[in-house]
Amino acid sequence: MGLTRGWRSTLVGAGAATLALAAIVAALGPALTVIPIEVLRLVVGGLLLVFGLQWLRKAILRASGWRAVRDEDAVFARERAEAANAPRVERAGLDWYAFTISFKGVLLEGLEVAFIVLTFGSTQGSIPLAAVGAGAAVVLVVLAGIVVREPLSRVPENTLAFAVGVMLTTFGIFWGAEGAGVDWPGGDASLPGVLGFVVLISLGFVTALRRRRKLAIA
Amino acid sequence: MKRFGKFWWDFIVGDDWRVAVGILLAFGLTALLATTSVPAWWVLPLAVAAVLWLSLRRVAR
Repeated sequence: MGLTRGWRSTLVGAGAATLALAAIVAALGPALTVIPIEVLRLVVGGLLLVFGLQWLRKAILRASGWRAVRDEDAVFARERAEAANAPRVERAGLDWYAFTISFKGVLLEGLEVAFIVLTFGSTQGSIPLAAVGAGAAVVLVVLAGIVVREPLSRVPENTLAFAVGVMLTTFGIFWGAEGAGVDWPGGDASLPGVLGFVVLISLGFVTALRRRRKLAIA
Repeated sequence: MKRFGKFWWDFIVGDDWRVAVGILLAFGLTALLATTSVPAWWVLPLAVAAVLWLSLRRVAR
């Protein structure tokens, strides 16, 4: 957006979204800590599970060839062309298209990250620790970007999506079941078992769908 | 208002509403079993596997 429509309105949009996110987190964070832990785990587990399954479903379909793997170069070229061709409307001294697109993008993606960090932190009893983890991830990604200096298209996006889907689904099953009143055999020690189960079925589904794809093409 | 509702629908439910419904039913069954002497920990993992496979099969026909 900055490259095609100019940086001022784009950065103002991103900054406004960051402020809105900070306000949401400031309101939501303390509110989460007063909710009973079982209720919180049930709701958080359920939401993590539906988010995780959305990620996992797309990653499995892409890995097995039933959905095209995202071509980041093509997406970048298409969105750049769309941004360049959009009509210019001035509001409050800003290019409204650049402002709204960057505001929406930062707010939506940030909301998902904030939700994951807040819920992980609150269910494990330490929001600050979860926030430190998220901050460390940001620093790591920025450093990796500086060191590697490769375009986004070189990032193994589907592998990352698969891993995120597996993790969200695993924690969703674990906390959701606990919230519904389940006592896991072995307590927290069963978490790696749930993780292993989710990895196994996901890889199994990729293999099965690849076979189906070959049969469908043949 | 309609767009606001659509945003939350897409954000939480996503492409296949049957997955969300399946998970809700599995939570209900888990909570029900958890009140009895029958172990309930296996319900959610199995439900996830079944719901995910059925959703994938609908696309991969």
